[in-house]
Amino acid sequence: MLKEFTKGIFRENPIFIIVLGLCPALGVSTKVINAIGMGAGVIFVLLGSNIFVSLLKNFIPEKVRIPSYIVIIASFVTIVQMVMEAFAPALYKSLGVFVPLIVVNCIILGRAEAFANKNTVMSSIMDALGMGVGFTLALLLIAFIRESLGAGTITLFPVGSFSGVIRIPVLADNPIRVFGLAAGALLVIGFLKAFFNWYSERRAR
Amino acid sequence: MTYIGIIITFVFINNFILTQFLGLCPFIGVSKNIESAVGMGFAVTFVMALASLATWAIQNFILVPLNIEFLQTITFILVIASLVQFVELVIQNISPALYKALGIYLPLITTNCAVLGIAIISVQSKFNALESFVAGFAAGLGFLLAILLMSAIRTKLDSEWIPKPFRGIPIAFITGGLMALAFMAFDKALLTNLIG
Repeated sequence: MLKEFTKGIFRENPIFIIVLGLCPALGVSTKVINAIGMGAGVIFVLLGSNIFVSLLKNFIPEKVRIPSYIVIIASFVTIVQMVMEAFAPALYKSLGVFVPLIVVNCIILGRAEAFANKNTVMSSIMDALGMGVGFTLALLLIAFIRESLGAGTITLFPVGSFSGVIRIPVLADNPIRVFGLAAGALLVIGFLKAFFNWYSERRAR
Repeated sequence: MTYIGIIITFVFINNFILTQFLGLCPFIGVSKNIESAVGMGFAVTFVMALASLATWAIQNFILVPLNIEFLQTITFILVIASLVQFVELVIQNISPALYKALGIYLPLITTNCAVLGIAIISVQSKFNALESFVAGFAAGLGFLLAILLMSAIRTKLDSEWIPKPFRGIPIAFITGGLMALAFMAFDKALLTNLIG
């Protein structure tokens, strides 16, 4: 059971190993807080859709399974949209179009099709948590690199007197702006993927 | 915004792949050779233009009058999925040759975030019917342009020596990054200078 959880974090990491769900990973990774918000949304939707798909796997006819999965996923995404808009409007605004786009995040449909419709509810929950956490960690890594180099800050939640923004001394005055832009995102993920290729090959040897 | 403005904006300035990160999966996955890239590009352009128009109609004739805009995400994705299925049937009957060329790409388009993306962006930008259609078409052309350039570069890269960990996907991303840098030359100022 624990194996279903840990596989998503490194060995089958959705972003770096399976390479799915890239659009949100790059689109929202300009700030660490956005990565946290997106990760939470994806974990929730993935958990909900995996549970429902594995519960309903014997009732959904084979032929209409993909549209059915999409409806299940879209319902959970709508819940996320409403909750986020009500309780974290600033975050909702800065994630923008990428919140409704969780529907077409290939990881979620991919897990429903490849895992949840063949497995028990319990292992589907573990699979969803593992994949969701793996996705969130990958997103955090990309966002951390992009925000610290591109803006010289790390933005977290504001708590009490702490504004939520950590400034990195030298970089905050001389940020490398390109990392905050589209080009920087593609370069960062290219180099990270190359690093993971190199690392897994070294480990295999 | 004028129609020419919309076209320039969606093809160059807000290119879906290189500045908005929409449609990256097919951009990386289907750009290994030029033929399949062109096939995918045309299929996406076709579906995006129709989807943008269809979702405009759904939004303005059903969701807004009935006051159920909160169902936007779920309705749009269903409309897009049925539209893709419909387009597939029509092409199959009208032009088997075109179906042979585009057929395998069509099912993949439902989960292409560029299609749902343009539907939502058109609604948010408060476009009218024709503007939505033009925006969808232009965003599709932008996708076609980016994936075509990418596949041409990747074909060249095949004959070059690349360090092993970078082969395949990593070098494709880095190429995309450099293309995005080049596309930064197209910005709002350019649009203002061109058409005022």
